[in-house]
Amino acid sequence: MKFSESWLRELVNPALDNAQLAELLTMAGLEVEENDAAAPAFDKVVVAQVLEVRKHENAEKLNVCKVDSGQGGEPLQIVCGAPNVAVGVKVPCALVGASLPGDFKIKEAKLRGVESFGMLCSARELGVSEESDGLLLLPADAPVGQSFRQYFDLDDRILTLKLTPNRADCLSLSGIAREVAALTGSSYQAVTIKPVAPVLDDKRGVKLDAATACPRYAGRVISGVNAAAATPDWMKRKLERSGLRSISALVDITNYILLELGQPMHAFDNAKLQGDIVVRFAQAGEQLELLNGKQLTLEPDMLVIADGNGPVALAGIMGGMPTSVQVGETQDVFLESAFFAPEIIAGKGRRLGFSSDSSHRYERGVDFGNCRNALERATELVLAICGGQPGGVTEALAALPARPAVTLRVARVARVLGVTVAADEIVAMLQKLGLAVVRDGETLAVTPPSYRFDINIEEDLIEEVARMYGYDQIPTRPPVSGQAMLKQDGKLRPSLLVKQALAARDYQEVVSYAFVEEKWEADFAANLQPVRLLNPIASQMSVMRSTLIGGLVSTLVANLNRKHERVRLFEVARVFHGVEATQQPEKVAGLAHGPRLAEQWGSKAARVDFYDVKADVEALLAPRVARFERAEHPAFHPGRCAQIVLDGAIIGVLGELHPRWVQSYDLNAAPVLFELDLGALTGRDLIRSQPISKFQPVRRDLAFVVDDAVQYQQVLDAMASVKQPYVTAIEGFDVYRGAGVPEGKKSLAFKVILQDTQKTLSDADIDSAVSQLVAALQQHVQAQLRS
Amino acid sequence: MDNVQAIVDEGLAALAATHDPVELENVKARYLGKSGALTDLLKQLAALPPEEKRAQGAVINQAKTAFEQALNGRREAMAAEKLAQQLAAEALDVTLPGRGQLAGGLHPVTLVKERIVALFQSMGFEVADGPEIEDDWHNFEALNTPKGHPARSMQDTFYVEGGRDGEPLVLRTHTSPIQVRYMQNHQPPIKIVAPGRVYRVDSDATHSPMFHQMEGLWVAEGVSFADLKATLIDFLRRFFERDDLQVRFRPSFFPFTETSAEVDVLGERGWLEVGGCGMVHPNVLRNVGIDPEQYTGFAFGIGLDRFAMLYYGVNDLRLFFDNDLTFLNQFR
Repeated sequence: MKFSESWLRELVNPALDNAQLAELLTMAGLEVEENDAAAPAFDKVVVAQVLEVRKHENAEKLNVCKVDSGQGGEPLQIVCGAPNVAVGVKVPCALVGASLPGDFKIKEAKLRGVESFGMLCSARELGVSEESDGLLLLPADAPVGQSFRQYFDLDDRILTLKLTPNRADCLSLSGIAREVAALTGSSYQAVTIKPVAPVLDDKRGVKLDAATACPRYAGRVISGVNAAAATPDWMKRKLERSGLRSISALVDITNYILLELGQPMHAFDNAKLQGDIVVRFAQAGEQLELLNGKQLTLEPDMLVIADGNGPVALAGIMGGMPTSVQVGETQDVFLESAFFAPEIIAGKGRRLGFSSDSSHRYERGVDFGNCRNALERATELVLAICGGQPGGVTEALAALPARPAVTLRVARVARVLGVTVAADEIVAMLQKLGLAVVRDGETLAVTPPSYRFDINIEEDLIEEVARMYGYDQIPTRPPVSGQAMLKQDGKLRPSLLVKQALAARDYQEVVSYAFVEEKWEADFAANLQPVRLLNPIASQMSVMRSTLIGGLVSTLVANLNRKHERVRLFEVARVFHGVEATQQPEKVAGLAHGPRLAEQWGSKAARVDFYDVKADVEALLAPRVARFERAEHPAFHPGRCAQIVLDGAIIGVLGELHPRWVQSYDLNAAPVLFELDLGALTGRDLIRSQPISKFQPVRRDLAFVVDDAVQYQQVLDAMASVKQPYVTAIEGFDVYRGAGVPEGKKSLAFKVILQDTQKTLSDADIDSAVSQLVAALQQHVQAQLRS
Repeated sequence: MDNVQAIVDEGLAALAATHDPVELENVKARYLGKSGALTDLLKQLAALPPEEKRAQGAVINQAKTAFEQALNGRREAMAAEKLAQQLAAEALDVTLPGRGQLAGGLHPVTLVKERIVALFQSMGFEVADGPEIEDDWHNFEALNTPKGHPARSMQDTFYVEGGRDGEPLVLRTHTSPIQVRYMQNHQPPIKIVAPGRVYRVDSDATHSPMFHQMEGLWVAEGVSFADLKATLIDFLRRFFERDDLQVRFRPSFFPFTETSAEVDVLGERGWLEVGGCGMVHPNVLRNVGIDPEQYTGFAFGIGLDRFAMLYYGVNDLRLFFDNDLTFLNQFR
């Protein structure tokens, strides 16, 4: 809601300056979003009259004028280049010494040899309008010599309110004025409504066929109007300062009423209407061409204004084109002022893809007590500006919205707000807001006026009390509550620790969009049925991701393009396997690409590989130990991919990006990625300490040859199957192929640690244990001990 | 006697002239060895009469001690010199960078989220979470925002396929559905914060189609607007570490609170909106089976990205989602 401050001050004029007024409105919940000057700063510009015009001798396009600027003395000689300068016109004139917008100073000057003492101005030169067509011509009655700023009310300011949807009552100057009066105690000068007596019998009948949707409709015929009449400057200025362009007198008047009283109105060309007006729901398939040119096929839940021929307007939203007022054609108008129920209008504009000033108000609630007043006020203005002769008002009335009294308990106010406000004070506050109050001890019965749609329950009244009391006056009270400690689940590792562990291993956290390109889902998850958005913001953000891999690869590509050579990323986020809550688990995914270490003097350069990232994953899972099993995954190289298994459940995947994607995503080498269930990382086992042995551990190294196809894990499993009680740890420390080892075979070397808690192990104990391991190796993986 | 002094002087000079341990041992042998000069003198004592023997013996012993002291001194000096040379040879360029892995970092929004969560945890708030694909009921209806409500147009909603007619599925437009889910499963006193990702159809320098919010909720007997003010003012002052931070509450509107407020802080360039809040609307409590007569509560919502922008002086929201490592590497 945008409006001129001086217009507001015609209705209520508190002793507050502009800044104080803006603060008052903001702190009452009518947030002042913008507060601008109506015109840029300039001075010494006055209303002047051109007395004489003659051609400049040395310049074809210039005229030399004699101008009365009302300053006394001889008329001023001013050279002027505007094509519309003429004898007798009144225009703004910048005197010598004036400074105009853009730091433009007016001095005595010589133009092509002719002296000039000032400048005749266009609207654009004064910053009054964006465009201008020569000099700004003023009405004949403009007083010569008056300051132009004063004459055009340019010291006015334009306020823009960001109104919340509950305050539809403030979508008009009258509404804002009423609120300011309630807040300040200043008197509210309501617009005077003078009922206009009919002089003609012309009438159009009105019938309500959907009385709940439209319980009130008032209309009036005015015949013989001059639709081409000029809109008066004062009205144009008010409209423009509210952000509305002047269109034609009749349209301007309806817009003016909208701003002044908050009542949307519509003017039909009466000659184009047939028979009675009926307010009804549309029949499916009925057609209506709207004022915005849109051809609409109506649906049965749309309320229309219809005449004998069918729909002529979409009720409360927009009028129809065929029955609209046309300058140069329309002679008789039918004015509409009605109330449409908010729930009927709500959402329709959005469905149709447009909204109007009218629908904006109706869907929030228009004062149903004011329709008739608005019609009288509009009639008055039409007669004054366009002439014509009024017929009588036809009004159809059904059951208007109920305004049941709302109960307010004084004690409840204190309970909700935390401050005690006396009953008397509350009554006074509510009455100032125009609410009718009946007091019964500490209980009030409060009836809201017809313009308030937001007061239905006790809490609504409490908010009104809070607003009037002043939010800033409500004390701040350090809260008092039972001091129960928060639970700390020992089996839960906060996800922050998971993130910190990854950061400590040189991964940078990123945040990427949950909606991704459909192709990513196909490429990286073979997911051909992703969860789709119905209204994506862009086609490359159209499906919900079921894997974080796509986001990491795309972030990698972006950073390689920014010349980062070494990229290590991770993200923790939900993925979407479906729409149920249980199908939206949180995942942790990471990516490493480029040199293993940042390029440095002290280490040989090497690319990060599968085993580097595997170590990171193992560290993340520690102290839990997962099994890594060869697996196939759409994102990864089939020979360089493992599924990660913990306690028998697959909790994630680790792999090198498939060469196919390396190529198609324009990467210079394959990154290694992992993706794990966050739940597997945030779970942890409670620690129970075990006694430690007092006896020395013994180390034995075992080296043997197995088939190249035998996996490390098989070897470990073979040794573990022995369940040798003295063996406390087995770790591989060498894998070798080459000279000394037959083709198709490899040599593995393991360190075996043996220890007992009861005694020092004898050589016999140790040899026996080792030979059990060797036997198992021979049996399970056909290992041959190397000498 | 002169003879003894001469021998000592000569010996000390010889010690001083040595350059390495071998030379030193040779000099030592020349004076203290089996046929060394000082040894010889001691041997000669035997031939002297007792009186003279005693006097001469003392002189010679003194000379021997002097020589031995000098010898040890020279030996230590040589060892020290050798060590000094070794240490000098082993010196490193300590200014070369350390070897190995550096450290990564967390996203600035995570850092700010954790800071905020920790502040509220210190006041007894628990952390809650919920799904991001939500049904219409949890995201709107339960929060007193029926279909067609003008407040729905304040939030441009992403819709997700799979909803039933009249019950569309949405990407949650705020973290408020988490409070609904939590209240469905818990009875007061309830004290939670719920950070998370939220989604709106909007994209420019100050809007991202995905961003982060944190919801706060406290429902118990006797919770009032005064408590709400105190809690949020306390939080804002602790977060920005400014005890004199000016905070104001001004009336606003949210369908799910009644007595609603926007919260502003006074920055260098005027008042800055940092969140919305209010007393939980009785309809919301009723929708989840909590008696609004017995319990009252407040709720608030803040934009975590906005707090991160303020905290770190970031002026373009999009930087948080561009994932440019040059930008992210600053937050270590």
